[in-house]
Amino acid sequence: MHDMEERVIGALAQLELGDRLLTSPAAMASFGSDALTAFHQRPLAVVLAESVDDVVRAVRICHRERVPFVARGSGTSLSGGSLPVEGGIVIALNRLNRVLSVDPDARTATVQPGVINLDVSRAAASHGLAYAPDPSSQSICSIGGNVAFNSGGAHCLKHGMTSNHVIGMTVVLPDGELVTLGSDSTEPAGPDWVGMFCGSEGLFGIAVEVTLRLVPVPEAVRTSLAVYDSLQAAGDAVAQIVSAGLLPVAMEIMDALAIEAAEASVKPNYPSGAALLIVELEGEREVVDGDAARLDELLRASGASETTATEDPDARGLIWKGRKSAFSAVGWLAPDYIVQDGVVPRTRLGEALAEIDRMSAEAGIRVANVFHAGDGNLHPLILFDGREPGAVERAEHLAGEILRLCVSLGGSITGEHGIGVEKRAYLSLMFSPDDLALMGDVRRSIDPLELANRGKMLVPETVS
Amino acid sequence: MIDTTDHVEAIAEAIRVGPRVLPVAGGTKPGLSRASGPDVVALDVSGLRGIIEYDPAELTLTALAGTPVAEVAQALADHDQYLPFDPPLAAAGATLGGVVAAATSGANALRHGGVRDFVIGVRFVDGTGRLVSGGGKIVKNAAGFDLPKLMVGSLGGLGVMVQLSFKVFPRPRATTTLAFDLPSREAQLETMARLNRGPVQVDALDLDRSGVLVRLGGDPDALAARARRLCEGVEADVQHFEGAADAAVWRDAAELSWVPAGSRVVRTGLTLRDVPGLDAALAPFAATVRYSLAANLAWIAWPGTRDLADLDAALRSLGRTGVVLTGTGTNAATDARTGGSRLIGAPTGGSFGSRIRSALDPHARFLES
Repeated sequence: MHDMEERVIGALAQLELGDRLLTSPAAMASFGSDALTAFHQRPLAVVLAESVDDVVRAVRICHRERVPFVARGSGTSLSGGSLPVEGGIVIALNRLNRVLSVDPDARTATVQPGVINLDVSRAAASHGLAYAPDPSSQSICSIGGNVAFNSGGAHCLKHGMTSNHVIGMTVVLPDGELVTLGSDSTEPAGPDWVGMFCGSEGLFGIAVEVTLRLVPVPEAVRTSLAVYDSLQAAGDAVAQIVSAGLLPVAMEIMDALAIEAAEASVKPNYPSGAALLIVELEGEREVVDGDAARLDELLRASGASETTATEDPDARGLIWKGRKSAFSAVGWLAPDYIVQDGVVPRTRLGEALAEIDRMSAEAGIRVANVFHAGDGNLHPLILFDGREPGAVERAEHLAGEILRLCVSLGGSITGEHGIGVEKRAYLSLMFSPDDLALMGDVRRSIDPLELANRGKMLVPETVS
Repeated sequence: MIDTTDHVEAIAEAIRVGPRVLPVAGGTKPGLSRASGPDVVALDVSGLRGIIEYDPAELTLTALAGTPVAEVAQALADHDQYLPFDPPLAAAGATLGGVVAAATSGANALRHGGVRDFVIGVRFVDGTGRLVSGGGKIVKNAAGFDLPKLMVGSLGGLGVMVQLSFKVFPRPRATTTLAFDLPSREAQLETMARLNRGPVQVDALDLDRSGVLVRLGGDPDALAARARRLCEGVEADVQHFEGAADAAVWRDAAELSWVPAGSRVVRTGLTLRDVPGLDAALAPFAATVRYSLAANLAWIAWPGTRDLADLDAALRSLGRTGVVLTGTGTNAATDARTGGSRLIGAPTGGSFGSRIRSALDPHARFLES
């Protein structure tokens, strides 16, 4: 072990964390990677923080010793956002998992970063309130990670992303300074520092307390399924719904392969077809009834071969279980897969899907499509078998081509998973050298040593 | 396509020459656009005007930053869409850039969110004269730092906005307004808190001198039934405003027509719980206040004869920050006590803010507050 490593571990030991300081390879094994399993790094140590003070003191040691650190919640990042830095420190926040307060009058909750997404809604339920952002991993992912990566979910169409629901926070900057940003009011005065912190992928430090907006639990929720004989037809239906002035809370499309995967795993009993459109309406009884009548008419006119709708909570739960487990379900279809997260303008969805289909056929690689159609947010699942020579590279090449396609259509390389380590090389497709230089300047203004989540989003400038 | 090259080059040049620049356009918030100090040059960007891209099926719109809100609102209304953050002072000539810089969400932003929730892309010239972009033109995007949000409330102090992209929504097909006449402040606040928790989702929820004002929007067929439900359990005389009267209630709010002449308008975020404290703090000064967005916001009409430092102190004691939007005091000496600052009350951002400012404006070409 190097002198520096010994010194860092010695300093961390002084925090008297006991068994909350992990340094052995066996104890740290589960911290080596996140949901982007292709990447793996061995950290020097893992700190299991139980208090804000633990976080501050660990960060201060990292800053003093110039050791990079990575904050980690549940490790569900699909872009490698919580991948450790080799030889760096992991600061695990799972134990900072208390909902500190719920204010029903202000419709806010203040929580620690290790709180599980779904637990916010559970804590607010007795007041008839809920936390809107719903990433598919919401039963395990934590708020700290949601904030760092501005997570989305199926219900972004109406409710927006994580950053639209975060109004205040206390953060530990990369040198250990504690700063409060925003407040418990939805109205900021002065620059929206909170909005800037959200989605910064851990590069600005660690949020240790977060104030979230809550929404009223809708009294009626109606989920419709419509089957189409092509993805194009399903995509056109989405455009027609938007054009008609309806604002569903979610519009999702799954293709035949994704449906097959869902049926093989959680068995949601979807009607079979080339494309399945899920449309959810929510709100007051009268509003949902009125919108439902208009929606049914639109779906009939859009050429759906079969439509059903339900308000039954169990039936709805099964529909969403099938949709939200789609990523893991493709494990039934192939040993390995890459999930992409590109966005295209809604009106170019059909074009994008046709092109992905063509690219998939040309490469001889199966691609399952499941996506947030209302937002134009694609999730092509590129299936491969990593044991075949060159298969990984071919799949990665196709994934890159799909990202290029999204950008060329006026979209983005990521809608909700973030850049992480996975898409760093593609950021320059969207941003000019000046844009990237500015982002680098901003990052180094906060963290001149590039210690906080080094290697994510921006290619590091300094090497220690 | 509108050619903005000359404008952008002129902006960059003005920034490079310095010493300090303050972007101005509609001038509807003179408290913000007044160039304070001999070394500050007002940079008129109202020539950066025009809608660049608007496809109703996309529910997005991109326009130059100096485009009047009214022009955008009309283009959207032609397709039954709107800016859900309800930017105020549109009739007076407010521009998109000014709305973003001042973070002025209006009363009807309660339904779907404020300026920060609908701005999705920005091009701006930073303090070194660099033209940079953040965000994009699509509704969902997690690539790079969220510079569009950083511009919200920036008061022209982090860059000169050139172009902005917004998410837009279908507008309510019909609206109606109810005014509840409640016997006490306590009853008003209790009613606001309850209405804000649903289940009837309201478009606006304000508290002014006349009482609690609620606006409902949506399908015309369901509006009457929803309004009846809203009234259930509220023990108060209710006045209904329909059609032109409904529009007038919220036009008055948006154009700040209720503000007494000679007052300065200060906008501050708060919560419902702060209302009694702010009421008490303002009482000695005969200031008028209108609470909006379910009391997440207070519009304070501060008498021009009063010392702004007193309001600064009141906001500090509540831990809140105010933006001085309009007017100048009649007593220049008292203004000097707040340093002519456009932000009063509790400071925001701490060293996070000052570090980011140093990256975007390393030579202090813009006004900080």
